[in-house]
Amino acid sequence: MLTDVDSAAFAVFIALFVLVTGMGFVASRWRKPETLAHLDEWGLGGRKFGTWITWFLVGGDFYTAYTVIAVPALVYAVGAYGFFALPYTIIVYPFVFAVMPVLWKVAKERGYVTAGDVVRGAYGSRGLELAVAATGVLATMPYIALQLIGMEVAIKALGLHGEVPLVLAFLVLALYTYSSGLRAPALIAFVKDIMIYIVVIAAIAIVPSKLGGYGAIFTAADAAFAAKGSGGILLSPAQIVPYASLALGSALAAFMYPHTLTGIFASSGGKTIRKNAMLLPAYTLLLGLLALLGYMGHAAGLKLASNNDVVPELFKTLFPSWFAGFAFAAIAIGALVPAAVMSIGAANLFTRNFWKVWVDPKVTPAGEAKVAKITSMLVKVGALLAILLMPTQFALDLQLLGGLWILQTLPALVFGLYLNWFSSTALLAGWAVGLAGGSWLAWSDGLKPLHSIDFGAGKVAIYTGVLALALNIVVAVVVNLAVKRVPQERLSREAA
Amino acid sequence: MVRLLLLLPFIGLMIVPFYNVWEPHLFGFPFFYWYQLAWVPLTSLLTYIVYRSVRRAD
Repeated sequence: MLTDVDSAAFAVFIALFVLVTGMGFVASRWRKPETLAHLDEWGLGGRKFGTWITWFLVGGDFYTAYTVIAVPALVYAVGAYGFFALPYTIIVYPFVFAVMPVLWKVAKERGYVTAGDVVRGAYGSRGLELAVAATGVLATMPYIALQLIGMEVAIKALGLHGEVPLVLAFLVLALYTYSSGLRAPALIAFVKDIMIYIVVIAAIAIVPSKLGGYGAIFTAADAAFAAKGSGGILLSPAQIVPYASLALGSALAAFMYPHTLTGIFASSGGKTIRKNAMLLPAYTLLLGLLALLGYMGHAAGLKLASNNDVVPELFKTLFPSWFAGFAFAAIAIGALVPAAVMSIGAANLFTRNFWKVWVDPKVTPAGEAKVAKITSMLVKVGALLAILLMPTQFALDLQLLGGLWILQTLPALVFGLYLNWFSSTALLAGWAVGLAGGSWLAWSDGLKPLHSIDFGAGKVAIYTGVLALALNIVVAVVVNLAVKRVPQERLSREAA
Repeated sequence: MVRLLLLLPFIGLMIVPFYNVWEPHLFGFPFFYWYQLAWVPLTSLLTYIVYRSVRRAD
C-alpha cells in the first residue's frame, strides 16, 4: 500500500486531513444551538449563516473536487468545448440573484427545509412533493459518487494504492456529518476553499512561467489537437449549439439540486443570497483559470494513462513534492464538503417528504433529526459501495442523467413563486413526460448528453436536458389548459 | 427596469459565434478565452448595480 509514497507529500496530506477531521467534530459546538436534535439545526445550521459563511459553504459545495479534476481533464481531451463550465457558472448567478431570495423567504416563513416542502406548500399535492423529493435524492446519489472519484484520483496521485484509504476517509466523513450536521461542512469549507485558492493561484502564476507563458501554452495545445486530429482551441461549428445549450441547461439545473438549495436555505436571508450572487463569481474566475491546466498539460508534454490524471500529474511534474501533497489534500478535502452537504440535502428530503408523510406523520422534530442523521449515513455508504463495486462509468452515466432529471423539477419549484396559474396535475404530468422522455432520448443516444434534431437545414445537436425541459413545460401548459377547461365546460352545461 | 441588466450576461454568453474567434489576443489569451473570463467581473458589477437598487426591498 505504501510502495511509492513521497514522505513529504504524505506528511502534509495527513496533517491537513487530521486537521479537518478535528474541525468536523468540533463543528457541533460552533455557533452552538440549544439543541442539534432539530432538522433546522442539524440540516440547515440554524438558518443563520451570514454572507461569508454562505460564500464559503456554497462555493465549496458547488465547485466540487470532481470539478477540479474533471474540468481540466475535459479541456485536456477536447479543448474549447470543455470550457462550457465557464459561461455556465457565470449565468447561474443572475438566476440565483433573481429567484433564490424569493424561495428563501417562502421557506423561512413557513419553516420549509427542502424543495419538496416548498412544492407541497404551493400546490398541496403529495404526489408532486414526492416526485420532486425522489428526483432530488436520485440525482444526488451519483453526484456523491463522483466526489469519491475525485478523492480517489487525489489519493492515487499521492502513491497510495488500494481502497482502504478511500473507505477510511469516507467513514470519518460519515461520522462527523452524523454528529455535527451542516455545521461540519460549513466549517471545513473555510479550510478547503482557502487551500484550493492557494493551489490554483500558485498553478496559474507559476506554471506558465515554466512553460513559456500563456501564448506558448495555447500554441502547444493547438498543435497537440492538430496532431491528434480532434478537439481544438476554438469550437467547431457543430459544437456551438451544444456549448450554449449545455451552459444554459446546467445553469438552470445547478440550484435545483438538494445540496445547493441546502446552502441557500441555510443562509440568513435574501440580502445574504443577493450579496453571494455578486461575490460567488470569484470561484468562477478560479474555475476558468483552473480549466487552463488542461492546456498546460499539453504544453508540459505529459503522457497520461487517463485524462483525469492531468491535474495531479502537472503538480507532480512541476512542483516540489510537499506542495503536490498540499494540492492533493486540497482536492481530497474538497470532496468532503460537497459530499457532506449532498448527503444532508438528500437526508432532509427523505425525512421531510417521505418519512414524515408516508411512514410517521407524528414524528417529533428530534425524531426528524434522528431519521435524517441515519439517512445521511446510509446515502454515503450507498455511494461508497457503488464506487467500489460498480464500474466508474456507471456513476458518470447516472450523474449525466441526474442533471437532466433535476432540471425537470424547475417548473414545479420555481413557477409557483411567480404564477398562480399551474395546477399540480399539470406540473406532475410535465415532470413525468420530461423525465421519461429525456431519459429515453439520452438512452437512445448511447447516454450522451446531446440529441440531434433536424430542423430542415441540417442537424443541430442540443443538450438533452434543455429539450426535456421544453417538453416538460409544453406538456404542463397543455395539460393545465385541458384541466382548467373541464370544470368550466361542466359548469356551462349545468347552467344550460 | 434596472433588473433587466441581469439579462446581459445571458445575451453576452449565448452569442457563441460572436466570440468563437482567435483575435484579438490579450496577454496571450485568444479572444474566446478572455472574452468569457471578462464576463465574470462584469456580471458581478451588473449584479452590484441591481443589488443597490433593490436592497431596500427587504
